[in-house]
Formats: sequence, C-alpha cells, structure tokens
Amino acid sequence: MKSTRTIDIHHITRVEGHGNISITVKDGRLIEARWEVVETPRFFEAMLVGKKWENAPWISGRICGICSIGHTLASIRAVENAFGIVPDEQTASLRLLLKHMETLQSHVLHLYFLAAPDFLNVGSVFPLINSHPDVVQRAAKIKQLANDLCDCVGGRRMHPTRTVVGGFTMLPEKKELVRFKERLNEIKTDLLDTAELFRSFAIPDFSRETEFVSLQGNGAYPFIGGNLVSSDGVVKKEQEYAAMTNEYLVEQSTSKWSHLSRPSFAVGALARLNNNFALLNPAAQEVSVSFGLKPINHNPYMNNIAQLVECVHVVLDSLRLIDELLGMSWKKPRHPAVPKAGIGVGAVEVPRGILYHCYEFDDEGRIVRCDCVIPTSQNHANIQHDLSALAEQCASQGKQDREIELLAQMLVRSYDPCISCSVH
Amino acid sequence: MDASQAQNRTYLGMPLARPRVAFFELSSCEGCQLQIVNNEANLLDFLSLVTVVNFREAMTEKSDAYDIAFVEGSVTRADEIERLAVIRKNAKVLVAFGSCACFGGVTQLKNRFKDPAWVKKQVYGDRSIQTNDTARPLEDFVSVDLRIYGCPVKKEEVEKIVTHVVLGRSIVQPKYPVCMECKENENTCLFDLGEPCLGPVTRGGCDSWCPNSRFGCWGCRGPAEDANVGQLQVIMKQYGFTEETLLDRLECFGGFAKDAEQLRTNMKLSPRRHEGTK
Ligand code: SF4
Ligand code: SF4
Ligand code: SF4
Repeated sequence: MKSTRTIDIHHITRVEGHGNISITVKDGRLIEARWEVVETPRFFEAMLVGKKWENAPWISGRICGICSIGHTLASIRAVENAFGIVPDEQTASLRLLLKHMETLQSHVLHLYFLAAPDFLNVGSVFPLINSHPDVVQRAAKIKQLANDLCDCVGGRRMHPTRTVVGGFTMLPEKKELVRFKERLNEIKTDLLDTAELFRSFAIPDFSRETEFVSLQGNGAYPFIGGNLVSSDGVVKKEQEYAAMTNEYLVEQSTSKWSHLSRPSFAVGALARLNNNFALLNPAAQEVSVSFGLKPINHNPYMNNIAQLVECVHVVLDSLRLIDELLGMSWKKPRHPAVPKAGIGVGAVEVPRGILYHCYEFDDEGRIVRCDCVIPTSQNHANIQHDLSALAEQCASQGKQDREIELLAQMLVRSYDPCISCSVH
Repeated sequence: MDASQAQNRTYLGMPLARPRVAFFELSSCEGCQLQIVNNEANLLDFLSLVTVVNFREAMTEKSDAYDIAFVEGSVTRADEIERLAVIRKNAKVLVAFGSCACFGGVTQLKNRFKDPAWVKKQVYGDRSIQTNDTARPLEDFVSVDLRIYGCPVKKEEVEKIVTHVVLGRSIVQPKYPVCMECKENENTCLFDLGEPCLGPVTRGGCDSWCPNSRFGCWGCRGPAEDANVGQLQVIMKQYGFTEETLLDRLECFGGFAKDAEQLRTNMKLSPRRHEGTK
C-alpha cells in the first residue's frame, strides 16, 4: 500500500494529564513521530516566591495528586537541608515507611488500572470488574492496604497532614503498626499472584539504548536523599542536581525537557533497578530475574515489571521498618525549625523517578527562588526518542495502524507519565 | 453486582435510574478524581450506582452523552473555557469538583502578583507561553449546579452527594465551621498547642480532617456561613501569630480571596514579600 498515513491520538487516555501522539508514515517509511505535551502550566515556581518556608510543603504537594507524599517529602527535605536540620532516626524511618506505601499505591494503580487493560484487550479496568473480579479485588486490596497505612503515618493518603519540617505533627499508635504488619504479610501472596498475572502478558519486544538516572544507593535501595548517579557513569551530589537535569525548553511541550550524556535519559523504576539492582531485597531480585529483568535492561516496556519488582521490595522493607519502629521508644515527634538564609535541595525517588525541589531563602525564611524538577519532565525527551525508534521499527515491519497506535500508547503508558506534574 | 441487576435497582419500590456520569479535569493536580479511585472499600458499590461514560484518567472508551459532569480544576487557558462550555451544554448537572473548581484552588495563588508577565518569566524565561492572566473558578464562565468543596474532596462526602443526586434528594451543605466537628471529635484545640488554625471561619464537612492530625486548618473548603474573619484576626493576634501567617492561610485556596486581598492591602504587603515592603 503506497500512501501517507497519520496516526493522531489527542489526549492519550489512562495517563495522568494531557499529551498527544502523532505519527506520520509514508510508503512504509516513518516521516515523523511526535510526543506533544499540551498541559496547562500552573506556575508553582512563581506561586511560592515570597512565601514563608512552612507554606512550601503544603502548597507544592499540590503539584500532583498521585505522588503528593513524594512532593511533600522532597519539599520538606529541601527546607531542612537549607536550615541545616537532620531528621532523627524515628522521623527518617516513618518517612521511608510512608514513602514505601505511596510507591506501592501508585505502582499498583498503574499496573492494574492503567497498564493491564492493554494486555487484557479492554479499554479500562471497568469491564474487568465483571470479567476478572479476582484481579480487580486483588488490586483494590493491595491499594487499600497501602493507602490505609499512608493515612496512619501521614494523616491522609493524599496531601498528607502530619508531615512537617522537623518531623511529624503526631505519631501513629504502635498497636496500629502491629496490625499493619499482619496485613503486609497477608498481601505477599497477592503480589506473587500479581507476578503470575504479568507473566501471562506479552511484553512488547523493543529496546533502545539510553542513559538511566537515579539516586545512588548507599547500603540500601535508595528513596530519600543521597548522591545522584547515571548508568553512563556520572555521579553528582544532591545539591548539584541542576547539572544532572539540564532543563531546556522545546516547542512541542509546555513541560521542560532534560538531557545528560546523551540526547535523552530515563528515570523511574527501571532506572532505579538498573542502577541499584544489588540493593533490592533478595526476594524482589528473584522476581526480577524470573522475568529476565537484569541490569542494564533497555526495554522501556519493562518499566512495568520493574514497578512490580519494587512492589515486592517495598512491602518486605516496610515489614523491616515496622519492626525497627516497634523496637524504638517514641520520642518527641517534631523538632523546631530555625530559618536562615541559604539554598536547600531535596531529592526523592517518587514512583515515576527522581524528583528535586530546590528553594533559596532570605534570612527570615521567605522563598526568594524556587525550582522543581519533575520525573516525567526528565522522561519526555526519552519518550520522544523511543517513540521515533518504535514507529520506525513498526513502519519497516509493515505493521497496521491499529497495532502501531496500540504499541505507541502502551509505550507512553509504560513510563507511567504524570503529565500535569511535569508541567506544574 | 452485574450490569443487568444494577439497571433494575429500586428504592422504596421506585425503579432507580442509573445516571451516566463523566469526569473532566482542567488545571489541577487530578487529586480529586483520584479520590474516587482511592476509595477501594466502596468503589464497587459506588460504581453500581452510576454508569461512568467518560473518565480519561482511567478509561479509553468515551461518550458525550452524560447526565452528571464532575469538573475538577480551575480555568487557566482559553481552550479550557471552550471545553467547559461544551461540557456545560452536554451535562444536565455540572458539579464543580474540589476547591480548584470552586474557588481557583492553589493555582489562584498566582493571581496575587498582579503581574502576569513576571509570573510567566519566572518559569519560562523569554519563551512565549499561552496562559490566562488569572486562574479562575468554573462559575466565572458557566453556571454551576453543585459544588463539592475540599482540597482534596472527601470521598465519603462525594458518595453521599452522588447518592442524593441519584435518589433525587436535595443536597444540604454544612454551614457550620470546622470547629464544630473538631469539638465533636474531642481534639485539643490547636491554638492551645501553639498552632494557628482557620477552623473557626471555615465551612465544615471534612470532619476536621487536619486538626484531627494536630495540623491547623488552612481553609480549603472556603468560608462557613457567618464566618467572622475579623474576629479570627483578633484571636490570631492574641495567640501571637503574625498577620502574615493569617494571610498565608486565607489566600491559600481561594475561598477567602476577598478577605485575603483586604488584609494584604491593609498590611501594605508586596506579594513578592522579600523584595517588597516587608
Ligand atoms: S482541589 Fe486540591 S486535590 Fe483537588 S484537584 Fe485541586 S489541587 Fe488537586
Ligand atoms: S483546632 Fe481549629 S478547628 Fe479545632 S477547635 Fe481549635 S480552632 Fe477550632
Ligand atoms: S481542616 Fe480545613 S484545610 Fe483541612 S480539610 Fe478541613 S477545611 Fe480543609
């Protein structure tokens, strides 16, 4: 067939925010593939200017409803780093537990509600309520546990109320933590069943070599703070984040883009796993290997599997954390903050990749300058390059429009993009 | 419950219609929509009450034939005004869903600068970017039938309101302040713990969500009936909080926009405070 065909997907579904895909193929050759981000900007970086430090976590958490806990923790860390506050062990463990449950909640939401329908040939999770009730109930059960534990530690599953600079406004009851231990133990089998489900899916066979950026684990699989690392060998300090992200503006996007050693890089579960595989819990490593997922894996669709592996890791690590917390006698939940002039950076691994908040303060603790670099904005260039390579491969194989359309959407969904977050 | 059963539901012997609902988002964090999905325990019951025909965040299928439209987010760009007009035309009931839709939400914090060029430059430098000068609530552009307050909305309240709509009952929003619920919950008042709180002037209905966590209210649900902001100002002063602290909370979600504007004028406070008069 000799012709020019264009595949246009306006506002791709089952992703957070608004993005378009456009692919033009002529006589079996790719003319252009474009990933466009059309989300409206909300101007958080301007909004915070002039505000006192205590506003930052509360307001900037509203950048994203899905990873509001991650944003809140990155913001708190940036403020604490600027003021020279080091969280005590109790606060650090509670924050990590909270972080783990956000990771679990978000990954399960993505794996079951956003990604799985493609593999099961339906348009959404809703038809699965009747056709696969056990699958939907399992997803709901895991998500509910994660969200309930977020409520218990953070006060609220979305836009948390207990997380503040200097610690927490109040602490969970230990007997509640004991109950959560039981529930965490219970869902281990649900996670193995999740792995079984994904083993039955045909993950598209596509690879394109790229660079992976994440926190660098130091004795533990990394989530909050520390050095930054890339699979091409770049290592930077947390406060040097701007040299890692190199943001720039492009015509096709209201979100900024990033690059490092190559034209694009990737962040997220696959990047974390590629860079820190040896630090995963052994049981999580085992699941990973059973899918043939070992570092360095360059198939972007495997980000789904990397998320699954991380679900196993965070559940097992949460059990460890709860034991550790139960062994501590509760200390004062919160330490006072004394503002001072300076710059603070907070780097946190949120479900979709590494997130940075950076604030500059005057001597009364008012924000003079604010910068937030979002995981999805770091991924946009990589999505664009993947999309071009995928479309070219599909065109040369003579694939039908329907198939190209599906593969392209699945590619974008694999990144689990949070588009409104990326524009913010 | 399967679909055919759901179609035949009755209430007090009357057949129950199963309204077709649609979810849309303008400029938002999508958190209010997510609250629906986040409600694992009752999600399936909730879904049996309605037919979801449009929910881009969760489904690929879509339809423009719907009875109830939940619109999340504030209006910040010309194309959103057009989308909103179409939704208004299609929907029998248009719900402003969450504080962004009701008041502008956190996004309206950019309005205070009164300097749209500076706001754009702060994020995009010299690149031109399409955006309206101010972030506005839905009611500035279309008529709104129902408001569900909160940042985020409280899922129990959403369920209650939707059930009432389905059953054709009238909806009564709380007029009393958060303090009422807080006292019922037997919390220690935050003022006595040295924390500021907007509970005395903020519309209840959230079951004093934040004070339950020993975190003061920031007024996300907007003013209660007969809210006396002047009196709160006196209380805040008595407890040693600055006007700036009060202003930060009043202006955070847009529900108290007029009071905040008034206070800022009285304080002669520049929105970019560190380079302003204070
Ligand atoms: S009201 Fe709050 S939770 Fe809802 S969309 Fe707006 S920012 Fe998000
Ligand atoms: S904590 Fe806030 S809401 Fe509760 S009684 Fe005190 S002022 Fe009212
Ligand atoms: S306590 Fe205040 S800020 Fe918190 S949810 Fe209720 S109205 Fe909103």
